[in-house]
Amino acid sequence: MARWREAALPLLLFALLGAAPWIGFGEGYVLTLLARAMILGIAALGLHLLVGGAGLVSLGHAALLGLGAYAVVALDAARITEALWVAPAAIGGGALFALLTGAVAVRTSGVQFIMITLAFAQMAFFTAGSLSVYGGDDGYTLYGRTEILGRRWLEDRLVFHYLCLGLLAASWGLVVAILASRFGRVLRAARENALRVAALGFNPAPYRLLAYVIAGGMAGLAGALLANATEFVAPSYLAWQRSGDLLFMVILGGLGAPHGAVLGALAIVLLEEWLGHWTAHWRLIFGPLLILSVLFLKGGLAGLPAQLRGAGRG
Amino acid sequence: MTTQLLLIQALNGLQYGVLLFLVAAGLTLVFGVMDFINLAHGVQYMLGAYLGASFAALSGSFWAGLALALPATLLAGLALEWLVFRHLYARDHLAQVLATFGVILVLNEGARAIWGSAPLQVPMPEALSGGIQLMPGLNYPVYRLAILAAGLGTAALLWLLVERTRVGALVRAGAANAPMVAALGVDIHRLFMLVFGCGAMLAGFAGVMAAPILSVEPGMGDSVLITAFVVIVIGGIGSVRGAFLGAVLVGLVETLGRALLPDLLRLVLAPSPARQAGAALGSMLVYLAMALVLALRPRGLFPARAG
Repeated sequence: MARWREAALPLLLFALLGAAPWIGFGEGYVLTLLARAMILGIAALGLHLLVGGAGLVSLGHAALLGLGAYAVVALDAARITEALWVAPAAIGGGALFALLTGAVAVRTSGVQFIMITLAFAQMAFFTAGSLSVYGGDDGYTLYGRTEILGRRWLEDRLVFHYLCLGLLAASWGLVVAILASRFGRVLRAARENALRVAALGFNPAPYRLLAYVIAGGMAGLAGALLANATEFVAPSYLAWQRSGDLLFMVILGGLGAPHGAVLGALAIVLLEEWLGHWTAHWRLIFGPLLILSVLFLKGGLAGLPAQLRGAGRG
Repeated sequence: MTTQLLLIQALNGLQYGVLLFLVAAGLTLVFGVMDFINLAHGVQYMLGAYLGASFAALSGSFWAGLALALPATLLAGLALEWLVFRHLYARDHLAQVLATFGVILVLNEGARAIWGSAPLQVPMPEALSGGIQLMPGLNYPVYRLAILAAGLGTAALLWLLVERTRVGALVRAGAANAPMVAALGVDIHRLFMLVFGCGAMLAGFAGVMAAPILSVEPGMGDSVLITAFVVIVIGGIGSVRGAFLGAVLVGLVETLGRALLPDLLRLVLAPSPARQAGAALGSMLVYLAMALVLALRPRGLFPARAG
């Protein structure tokens, strides 16, 4: 019963996203916007596993996303656009970068982890800018979207919408399952008290590294989708500002439940667009909203229902 | 690469380093003493540059602009502390990061709304324009030397204040163990406000001085912020001495790396790839240095916190 109630809100959210094209949100630019929010939501879910699950705050998550996008670029430049190759390359690229940098990073924690992930991401950012084969700082325009079994299904907006939604829901299920598993319990225990976990005979480092690699694979997948959504990849995909954006999505959404990351991604992407319609200076409204959300929504957006129930009772 | 060019780059690096120190000093004290991550510290640098530029344009004198901008940035810092930051001291770091990011958005956009997106040009003060011959064949702008001198002077003053006065002892004690200082009967909130205001003013001072040699534009504080974080992590959080050495190190590594690496790589690579790889490596060098320091000394070169 309790587990159903926990899953009700995210399932409702996915159902709404699934119905969106049929209830008045089927216009091209709205679908583009929703796809962008769902793709960033996949990357944010991976980051939630790190921040909310393992207590590791990364300021380099955009690099993992960028690795996935550049995997698409590298294959595109070699005229390979088949998803059977592209998807594993993107996921593997993100996971491999996470494995190599994570092996160093998970030995630290707190601010040091933030800064060391930032350092690796900046190295990847400057490397991407120097890759003149792929356009350097100017970026690279794809020849075409990725094909699935030789068919150009992704050109269709609705197919792309449901692909993103399916992968988003699958990513959410994966993160929920991981956090509920024995592996996830060790992660959460090590976040609360690493010393005690060590005393119980667990070394947290390999658990944290595996979580980082999984998050890297999810970010790589999101990068491949984002490259397909815009058909353009530039070093700005890896910029620290984008890592910051992903982190803000996770925090705004709330660390209490994985669907917070999805809510945060939707809220930030849609709110930016909506406020941007009103005024060019939309950040003057968006900034105070963020501050107010920190001051008054202590559990983030995902904690809002519980906070409302608590207020109703009190 | 001649000796003169090398010397000029080293001076540029030092001058960039002292500017970084002025920003990083406030950041490291606020972080060390209050355990508060203030992402909005970079926009206080931007605010200093804009206020200095505006006051200079209004009064017609760079010096009047500087004299008016310093108290203005101090007041702006205290106002932000009163409005937003003091409600966040008891919250976790993530809440602080999100809320101070909100402050960045507001101030960057506010600057864009008031002063426009186009970069402002700030004229150099008359007395300090022009160059000076340091040695035969080596001319160096007087204004950059003045920045170096002012930065070193401020660093010395700050060192005296922190190491040799009663307030400084409280600040150092706060960085080592703030709850203990409060338990000993010190009004920790007054101390916080003092540290915060001074930090904001130092960042503003750096902004005013940098204005004539950099373009003043919205968002100019963002990259400085991230570099200042690198500085304080290298130096050790909460340590003014660490911030100074970290800032000089970062300033020299970044400036010399960008200037020298493309030429050095030309010894082993063809000119075009050498230029590209050199530029990328030069920008990366600071982060490589930070990763190295973190791997060898995770708490930085001069950690302030006890235990």
